[in-house]
Amino acid sequence: MTIMIDTGNYIAAKAAVMAKPDVVAAYPITPQTTVVEGIANYLEKGEFTGEYICVESEHSAMSACIGASAMGVRTFTATSSHGLLLMHEMLHWAALARLPIVMCNINRVIGPGWNIWADENDSISQRDTGWIQFYCSSNQEIFDTIIQSYKLAENEKVLLPVMINYNAFILSHTSMPVDIPDQREIDEFLPKFKPKWNLDINNPVTFGNIIGPEYYIKVRKAMQDAHKNAKKLIPEIAREWKKKFGRFHGDLLEKYRCDDAEYILLAMGAIAAESKVAVDEMQRKGLKIGLARIRTFRPFPKESILQLSENADLIVIDRNISVGSEGVLFNEVKAALYHKSDARVNGFITGLGGRDVTYKDIESMCRKTVEGKANECEWYGI
Amino acid sequence: MNLKMAIKDFPIEEYVLPGSAACPGCPATIALRIVLKALGKKTVMIVPACCTAVIESLYPHTSFNIPVMNIAFEAAAAGAAGVEAALRKLGKNDVTVLAWAGDGGTYDIGLQALSGALERETNFIYICYNNQIYSNTGIQRSGATPYAAWTTTTVGGKKEFRKEMGDIIRAHHIPYSAQTCISYPDDLYNKVKKAKEIEGPKYIEILTPCPPGWRFSMEKTVEMGRLAVETGVWALYECKNDVVTFNGKSRLILENKIKRVPIEEWMRPQGRFKHLFVPKKDVKRIKALEEHIEKIWERYRKYYI
Repeated sequence: MTIMIDTGNYIAAKAAVMAKPDVVAAYPITPQTTVVEGIANYLEKGEFTGEYICVESEHSAMSACIGASAMGVRTFTATSSHGLLLMHEMLHWAALARLPIVMCNINRVIGPGWNIWADENDSISQRDTGWIQFYCSSNQEIFDTIIQSYKLAENEKVLLPVMINYNAFILSHTSMPVDIPDQREIDEFLPKFKPKWNLDINNPVTFGNIIGPEYYIKVRKAMQDAHKNAKKLIPEIAREWKKKFGRFHGDLLEKYRCDDAEYILLAMGAIAAESKVAVDEMQRKGLKIGLARIRTFRPFPKESILQLSENADLIVIDRNISVGSEGVLFNEVKAALYHKSDARVNGFITGLGGRDVTYKDIESMCRKTVEGKANECEWYGI
Repeated sequence: MNLKMAIKDFPIEEYVLPGSAACPGCPATIALRIVLKALGKKTVMIVPACCTAVIESLYPHTSFNIPVMNIAFEAAAAGAAGVEAALRKLGKNDVTVLAWAGDGGTYDIGLQALSGALERETNFIYICYNNQIYSNTGIQRSGATPYAAWTTTTVGGKKEFRKEMGDIIRAHHIPYSAQTCISYPDDLYNKVKKAKEIEGPKYIEILTPCPPGWRFSMEKTVEMGRLAVETGVWALYECKNDVVTFNGKSRLILENKIKRVPIEEWMRPQGRFKHLFVPKKDVKRIKALEEHIEKIWERYRKYYI
């Protein structure tokens, strides 16, 4: 094991290379660029021995990953914001084709106007593509989640693509110390990918041709079942990782100081990391408040949230908005409780466009809720 | 190796199986049958949205005896690039990667991915079967649709001339590109066979006259292809390492050894040009297309003789 002090993106590149993908296809976009540059440097040094396709668009990046994955090899790509949106069609394609592609998405604002800072609307708007979605809160978690994601994606009971999300600049360009296991240990944890099915000249199959309603609905059901299986496997893989490497970032969500809490804050990504500081601060001042950091948005940790609501009211912070509705996490948390819990749920929309959200901001949102002064869903920091 | 092969010598193996969902008289199926005979068993085919996505028939059946991956409309070349990279990594150097797309997926929506794959020197064969329309969606104009032709989106006849895909491809200076037509199976077979033996990106375009799309009767598919070549609407040529060679009748036309058949001969049997002949002859538009074709040949003669 070594300690590497580097930015989220270079850590992601390191993790990707240590997972030994056979094919990487990627296209640069701010703030993801240093991921693809990092991999290019590993290629130049001979530390990455896979094929690296510098495609001409994100749509082609995902298409090339689909082609390679269908051949039965391990693939990786990374993107952000508009790049992710350009991939949209192929995100659906990859998930419906049940290809275990692993991708990092650096959460960035969608234009116009052009803005490269943190905002989660890019990946949130890919919610229904069928991808598993992780949201990371530290560079260590980025590294660990990338390796764990391959194990999850390639499991026969899952066979779904995985998107690892982390906030632009706050993580992508911020250096932190990260424990890097030895390659041998990674290889032990993550054996070579053995595909259940692939394009094979000795077993000529036509994949993805016209499919009638009688079969198509079964394809969708199978995807949903795979997400259910992922719900079981994500904690198992996280615990196997803990046993081997001593680190644990939570199951589908990470509970932080939730014992005896009267309020539980729910957040994702960088805001969730900042929320830990806010919770410490508020508990020091005697407020009974804990944090549930959403680690996987898909599959959605509905059962865990319901359980948390048994003894606490919930405060949800969204760095995204479904315009015309509400914050998306807020919306889904309420749906999880419907008819099953009497807990109050308050939602805040904040941090859009990369607006900084400090622990003081989080504390004031919580205080407003606790004091009964907050509307059901409101904006903070306008 | 004998590169020139006559029809009677084509391999007996069939990779397009009986029972496809193609229309009667479908030229794409004729083309594919010959192409796959030339490429053989060790071929992986990538098919974007196009007629072949229907021809291959409904899940759980297939009409192809090689592995096939369907992919989105604009993604054939990029998907093929991924397959090719995986094969390289796996050390499977004897497998041919074939991207098989229509003119919509090539001239229009798939052009960017194709250009990218050619520029990156992807080791694959990209074949465009060109029926000059979006036929799978029910006959809409494409960048390959000729001037004055009726489609469901050019109801009074297309106002623009088709683009010169061959020129765009040659601007990439790939090792091999060619134009051929289903009406000349030996020309088609031998070009595909030649492409198979060359390392790097290869592009072949096959003119595939479409009975329902062009509005002619289904037994005339081969005849319509021949007329396209004889009138000079379509040219048979190949370009190896930037050297262009015209083939068959196109060579004779190029060298002025035979005269092009008047374009009306090709247009008249096609219902999509009916409005140029009935109720009265539209001399102006027929002439405009004839002059456009002549200009193309003047260019060919300037550069390729």
